[in-house]
Parts: sequence; structure tokens; C-alpha cells
Amino acid sequence: MIKMQQVSKIYPNGVTALREVNLTINQGEFVYIVGPSGAGKSTFMKMMYREERPTSGSFLFKGIEVGKLKNRQIPELRRQIGVIFQDFKLLPSLTVYENVAFALEVVGEDQSQIRKKVLEVLDLVKLKHKERNYPDELSGGEQQRISIARAIVNRPSLVIADEPTGNLDPDTAWEIMEVFEEIYRRGTTVVMATHNRDIVNKMRHRVLAIDGGKIVRDEEKGMYGYEV
Amino acid sequence: MKFNGFRHLREGAKGLVRNGWMTFASVSAVTVTLLLVGIFAMVMFNVNKISDNVEKDVEIQVFVERESDQAKIDAVGKNLEQMPGVKSVRYSSKEDELDRFKEQLGEGSQAYQSVEKDNPLHDRYIVKATSPNETETIATTVKKMENIDSVEYGEDYVEKMFNFLEGVRIGGIILIVGLTFMAMFLISNTIKVTIFSRRREIEIMRLVGAKNGFIRAPFFIEGLLMGILGALIPIAVVYFGYEVTYNALQPQLVSLNASIFTLIPPGELSVQVSVILLALGAFIGVWGSTTSLGRFLKI
Repeated sequence: MIKMQQVSKIYPNGVTALREVNLTINQGEFVYIVGPSGAGKSTFMKMMYREERPTSGSFLFKGIEVGKLKNRQIPELRRQIGVIFQDFKLLPSLTVYENVAFALEVVGEDQSQIRKKVLEVLDLVKLKHKERNYPDELSGGEQQRISIARAIVNRPSLVIADEPTGNLDPDTAWEIMEVFEEIYRRGTTVVMATHNRDIVNKMRHRVLAIDGGKIVRDEEKGMYGYEV
Repeated sequence: MKFNGFRHLREGAKGLVRNGWMTFASVSAVTVTLLLVGIFAMVMFNVNKISDNVEKDVEIQVFVERESDQAKIDAVGKNLEQMPGVKSVRYSSKEDELDRFKEQLGEGSQAYQSVEKDNPLHDRYIVKATSPNETETIATTVKKMENIDSVEYGEDYVEKMFNFLEGVRIGGIILIVGLTFMAMFLISNTIKVTIFSRRREIEIMRLVGAKNGFIRAPFFIEGLLMGILGALIPIAVVYFGYEVTYNALQPQLVSLNASIFTLIPPGELSVQVSVILLALGAFIGVWGSTTSLGRFLKI
């Protein structure tokens, strides 16, 4: 699904975020991206949904050279990718239902389809009963589940999560991880950047460790670090 | 792809309300600009018509040499009448001229006592051309004819008037262009604020793959609406104001008995200027918002 060859990213200010990264992620994989802050994790994530372009090298998503996409082709790419952030990015003036429906409305989905898909996905994250509430009335974990619901409502084949449990207490983090497991079980590729050692070590998946812009470790069912 | 017009319209209108005071300032700027444009256009159209009338109405004054006897004077008249391009020839003898002169000076004036003994005035023919373009040709030809003292036509007067009008026109255009830019700047600023207040929404729209046109549309419409709202008052003023002005001025101009000073009747002109104002308002709004979109939306 994702194939990176000799991908480098150098920002205009001279900072090198990624150095000649080679990597393949297959359809249906669950991948943790771990590494210290500033190691290049965020750049790596952003490149996947084409917020950043590689400075050099080849980045293929489903065989498409993402770096060479024209601006008007980006929306098509992003409809195949769901993105989840640490800070949820919900719209406070919209209800839970409206927040999730928003993602479908702005890509021109039919009203009847929207209703069906939104309820389906709210059911998946177990928040159907809160559809009329506003984000402020929900706990952090619930808000993150809403943002996950929004990311997957368009049935993307790839879900990218940038520290989705970063703002949550350990118990809530586990609840969120259950949701990601469910998404993964349904065949969606999940790429998650995280600092949560506990989760990586207990919920075993492929681990990519990035440091200094390079992939320093790539292990199936790996651990957060070597030391454990 | 379904039709999103109503959604964009709703979102655009929401932006207007959300930025209340900034919207008000932008719309006011457009209003002031278009008000000036409207009044200016009305004045200009009328002035153009009047100067057109004046141009058409220019008469050539042919002054016959004072020494000429009546036979020569009549001969001049005949020649003039036979010239191509001449529409009409009117004769005014030096006695007629003197009477007119006295009338202008007022009875009992010291000045004309001496004048009466030896009339210094010329016999005069007033020649009208069939078209204004002929005026100059006729004037130069007549100058070369025998027994002609001098030929005059309203060149100075017309030229002065045109120079004055040109000045008014240039000044007006500069003012309007300046105001137009100010209005566009204010609109682009308002749009900037809307973009800023909705940056989160925009971010999410981009992330979930909304098309760029879809993201832009509400801002585009917000600018368009501001421009159109700004055009409403000027259109009303032009439409009703001109009718009132026309009804007030036209009788007086008619009583002046100067047929060249007639105004253009309201109706068609008001409609034309209204359409121009609406189009200009929309243009200002769209341009103002587009500059902001390009700079702050980064899509």
C-alpha cells in the first residue's frame, strides 16, 4: 500500500526531517511509529496524507506517486485516508452527529447515505446515544472516539493517527486502542505514532522506530524499546 | 456530485452575520464608492448629452465687411445659402445688431450716443451646418470668400467646456478608483477574518478531502454578497434620486428656453446605471475575497 524509496525531507530552513528512508507497509497492517520528539515522526505522518512532499525519493500510495500529485488531485487522495490527532480537532459548534456528518457533507455525499453511515460509525465507537451532544459535554476519551468516527466514516483504506492517546489517561487510552483494534480487524491499515510504551508493548504489532530522520528499527510484533 | 449552492449561500451568509461590524464597514465602503460612481455616471451621461447638443448647435457667425453695400451683402447671403453642408442662413443687419447691443447695454447709457452716429457693427449672417463635423470646413471656406470681415464659431467656447469636463472626468475617475480599492481592501480584510475564525473547519475540510472549490465557495459568496448589499442603496438613490432631480430641474431648464440644456429622461438610463452599479459591486466583492483566499487559504 505504501512504498517509500530513498525518501528524504529537508525543510526550507535547512532542517533534515527524514534521511533516505526505505519502507513498505502492506494493506491491512497495523504499524506503530515510535521515537523521540523531533525524530521525524510527524513529517513521516504528514507525508502520508500529502501535507508535506518529499524533497527527494519516491513515495507511492497504492501505486500513485504522492509527491507528484497536483493540488486538485489531493482531495481524492485524502478521501482514502482518515487522519486522527492528539487534540481531536472537533468543531465545538456542531453536535456529535454533525461533526461526523461534516466529513461526508463536504465531500458531497447524499443526505440519506450520510445518515446511514454516521449512525453505523457512531455505533462502532459506542457513542450512538450521544449523537445530540456537543463535544464540550463529552469526556476526552469520548471526544477522541468521535474524531475516530469522523476519520473512518468515509471508509478509508488507511487510518493515520498522530499520538491519539497523548491527551488521555491510561484507562481511556486503552478504550481508544480497542477502537483501533476493531478498525484493524475490519481490514483497514492503521499507522499510529505514539509515545505510549505500555500500549506498544502489550498490544503487539509491527514497530517502526525513527530517530534522527532514519528508521533505526523495524520489527514485527516489536516492543517500544530494546530495554524491555 | 450534488448541487451545493444552498449550502455555500448559507455558509456565506453566516460569515456576514458572524463578522457583523466588519461586514458593515465593508458594505458601507462599497456603498459610498458606488454612490459616487452612480451620481458621477448620471452627471456624466447628462453632461455628455448636453455637450453633444452644444456641439450640434454650434453656429457660424459670418461678419460682412463694413464697407460693403447692400448688393454685396446680399451676394454673400446667396453664396452662403448655396454652400454644401449648410442647413440654414439667418441675416441680421447692422441696425438689428445695434438694437440688440442697445438692449444689452440698457437704454440711456452714455456709450451708445456716439455709436448711433457711426454704427461700428457689422452685418451678420448666422449659418448653421447640417452636421457638427461640417462646421469647421464651412468656416474656413467662408473666410476665403470676398467681402468677409471675419468668421467665428464656438470653437473657444466648446473647447473650454470640453477641457473643463475632461478635468471633472479625470478627477472623478481617480476618486472612484481610489475608493474602489479601499472597498476591496476592506472586503478582503473581512474575508481574512472569516477565514481565520473558520480555520479549524477549513483544516478539517482539507483533511477529509473536500475539493478546493468547495472550501472556497462560501468565502467567494460572502464577498459577492457584501458587494451586492453595498450596491443596494446606491441603486435606490440613482433610481429614485434621478427621477426627483429630473422632475425638479427639467421644468426650469425648459423655461430657460435653451433647447440644448435638456436632461436625459429617467427610465432606461436609471436601469442601465443600476445594472452597472450592481455589476461593479459584485466585482468589487468577488475580487476582494479572491485576493484574501489566495493569500490566506493556501489551497
